[in-house]
Amino acid sequence: MRVLKLLGLLVLLTVPVGQVIPAIEAQAFPNDGVKARYYDLIAEFRCPQCLNTNLAGSDAMIAQDLRKTILRLLIEGKTDAEIETYLYDRYGDFILYEPRLTPRTWLLWLGPLGLGILGLWIWLSLGWKRKRSDGNTLSEDEQRRVQRLLEGS
Amino acid sequence: MAKQSVLIPLCAFAILVGVLGLGFTLSDHNDLPAQRVDESMPSFSLPSLWQPESQITAAALDGEAALINVWATWCPSCIAEHAELARIHSEEGVRIVGVNYNDDPEAARAFLRKWGDPYAFHIVDAEGTLAVDLGVYGAPETFVIDSRGVIRYRHVGVVTERVFEEKLKPLLVQFQEAS
Repeated sequence: MRVLKLLGLLVLLTVPVGQVIPAIEAQAFPNDGVKARYYDLIAEFRCPQCLNTNLAGSDAMIAQDLRKTILRLLIEGKTDAEIETYLYDRYGDFILYEPRLTPRTWLLWLGPLGLGILGLWIWLSLGWKRKRSDGNTLSEDEQRRVQRLLEGS
Repeated sequence: MAKQSVLIPLCAFAILVGVLGLGFTLSDHNDLPAQRVDESMPSFSLPSLWQPESQITAAALDGEAALINVWATWCPSCIAEHAELARIHSEEGVRIVGVNYNDDPEAARAFLRKWGDPYAFHIVDAEGTLAVDLGVYGAPETFVIDSRGVIRYRHVGVVTERVFEEKLKPLLVQFQEAS
């Protein structure tokens, strides 16, 4: 009896509860090429409302509208670049996971490079200083004084 | 020499505090880029909510500075701001144009019949095409347009009396006079 109960519990545990299934809309694709590009594109753009979900994974009203918009543009024969520009004109850098290089995003793109250069500079200058101080830094007077003190003791 | 090397971690710490401090205080998740500001209203031709057989175009927005309010009955915040929009219309005499976004027109009409309609007219955006052209993130959003139909400001979220007094009203006055 107990074994049966345990088994039952195990079976229950394997049932997915509250599994997250993104919305699957019944879209009519004219051909498989458009379908493949559609799924690529909706994975590539960020949902404007939900801060960090792509258009494919969002149930937000605006994400649904943008998916419809992308499909419409694909059927109209727009290229991927044209679709990106279309969305960029309306939603700006926010919709792209890789923001464009503009004055607003210079810090974002060039910051890591700047930090790298700064680190390299600090590292090199410390190494250079250490090398320089490795040599004999006592002047002749000081050398004589050291000798005198050592002999005097 | 010893003093200089003490300064390095101190400076690094100060820079870190500065950058993180800026990052945490400046970033406002509601402050989304308003891509369409200072551009003309996108062109559209969509049905009117009260006269579904007639089409409204962007030309209907010319002539007077106005608020464009994107709303829907499925959006609780839109319902929450309805009373304030009614006050703005009746007390301040502001022209408010509704964009009924992805809504059931019948539900929208029933809502307005019950709670009053402070809007000059409503554009039915059943497919969200106008919303996408406006760069809408979600309802409610409220745009200030000048008398030539140029978008001047976008507010995301509920319009409260404070938002109206501090942000929308000065712009409406400015762009009413400027044109």
